[in-house]
Amino acid sequence: MYALVDGNNFYVSCERVFRPSLNGRPVVVLSNNDGCAISRSNEAKELGIKMAAPWFKIRHLEESAGLVGLSANFVLYGDMSDRMMTLAAGLGPTQEIYSIDESFIGLHGVRGDLVARGRKVRERILQWTGIPTCIGMAPTKTLAKLANHIAKTAERKPGSYPRELAQVFNLAALPAQDLDDLLQATDVGDVWGVGPRISEQLREGGIRTVLDLTRMDPATARRGWSVTLEKTVRELQGQPCIDLDDAPGPKQQIACTRSFGKPVHQLAPLIEAVSEFAARAGEKLRKQNCLATELLVFMHTSPYRPGPQCSRSVVVPLRRPTDDTLALAKAATDGMRFMYVAGYQFIKAGVILIDLQPASVQQRELDLGDPNEPPATRDRSRLMAAMDLINTRFGKGTVHSGGTGNPGTNRVWTMKQERRTPAYTTCLADVPVARA
Amino acid sequence: MNSICISSAPQPLAAVPLVLPMPEARVRAGFPSPAEDFAVNRLDLTEILVPHPQASFLIRVAGSSMRDMGIDDGDLLVVDRALKAVHGHVVVAVVDGDFTVKQLHQRAGRMRLKAANPTFPDIIPKDGQTIEIWGVVTSGIKRFVP
Repeated sequence: MYALVDGNNFYVSCERVFRPSLNGRPVVVLSNNDGCAISRSNEAKELGIKMAAPWFKIRHLEESAGLVGLSANFVLYGDMSDRMMTLAAGLGPTQEIYSIDESFIGLHGVRGDLVARGRKVRERILQWTGIPTCIGMAPTKTLAKLANHIAKTAERKPGSYPRELAQVFNLAALPAQDLDDLLQATDVGDVWGVGPRISEQLREGGIRTVLDLTRMDPATARRGWSVTLEKTVRELQGQPCIDLDDAPGPKQQIACTRSFGKPVHQLAPLIEAVSEFAARAGEKLRKQNCLATELLVFMHTSPYRPGPQCSRSVVVPLRRPTDDTLALAKAATDGMRFMYVAGYQFIKAGVILIDLQPASVQQRELDLGDPNEPPATRDRSRLMAAMDLINTRFGKGTVHSGGTGNPGTNRVWTMKQERRTPAYTTCLADVPVARA
Repeated sequence: MNSICISSAPQPLAAVPLVLPMPEARVRAGFPSPAEDFAVNRLDLTEILVPHPQASFLIRVAGSSMRDMGIDDGDLLVVDRALKAVHGHVVVAVVDGDFTVKQLHQRAGRMRLKAANPTFPDIIPKDGQTIEIWGVVTSGIKRFVP
């Protein structure tokens, strides 16, 4: 048995904990650079605001409907997520954190009334952190995800599903006939792993509801579509195919990319930006104990702005696999110098570390003594460890490589976050104020 | 608001205890340190003040209505949302969308928020108005040296 614990409208819910005046009002949280809605309160959903709606298209609702748009405050969401996840872990013996607001809990060996236990955990998360959640339980992860979807929809849209399924729903506890009715009433596109393209194809083939898909022959799913859909069908039939991935393997690539607050056309700020991105990516790389063999740098103009368009990227092979920020920043800088062309308004750039390998398998090379290269034996791992420690303790970017530029001084490329709330739980100067 | 600022550097609340463990004795030449067998952890303020780290938040006081209970303008409060507020607790409540610090009074099924300063009136919920108790104030931090 698995449970999926999922924060409702998570980013908006985090904001509301510290700004109770937002309760009952339509609220959206906007993506980087205040681009589009990435989290919507129920009131905002009722206004017809769709996921990923661009801010400039819904902005007029500020005046007419009291809509509040906030810049994403990921520092806050990260901390609240951490609090929520540790409490959700109390539901069962194993946990897989699936995203910032969702985690699967393995319920193997948990005895007693699962729904009652689920309600207790939900209540605790709500009281301790202020975040409302929904919990779906079922014999497979795909069904748990579906049960979660039903628990959420039953709560948000009264009448869509029976009321007792709201908030916490154990699909395995339902009599077979009731379950069939439920699956019959649920669109095939709501199944985890069935994207818009596949659900379109399924509908053309007469498979409209989850029940239709559940009754499909797994072999047909495999022949007509893919092994992935076959697994989905088996999971819907109650046969676990997707395990709890409690120790996710190292990522195959690490990216740090960002849109700029305003377009950048000069080389110097672009170099500053990519060397900072390389430093960030390097930190992530060291955290998972890997070395990168190649580094990709890219930049492009905005397709939504007038003017000449340009999109360039270059892969810089690293002389030897490395996790050294200075080497990564140098490669990113070299790549940027190489591909830079003047006369364009660049809006986004990024660094992606590719072809990662575990730091434990390091291949040494014959050093032919290139006089321009620093000696290969110069190990900077202790310097890197010290940098990471200082940046963890005193805040990101406290120490950085020389090319990155000074935060706060003329960095033209930083993000636009005009509507961001304070870092309520991670910065002492930002803690909420109560009147006395 | 004349808040006292200890530091503007980001400091995660209770995520990492700030305590350094007593160093394990390192011995170069074979004489075992007599302290080795007694290695213990130094007292950890976070552990003492924050028994429920996931439910605890810091809040800054603005105003003088709680003066007589020793809560002054600029103080930092540790607020624990895991505790159920009962009569007599100092609480952070939400009144008209804003946070306020007061003492909770619950008698005969009626609640009100009492100030600890005679110049401030009690807050009594009007008909139909609900006052949400956000959390229980478990300690106050007052800095004497900035």
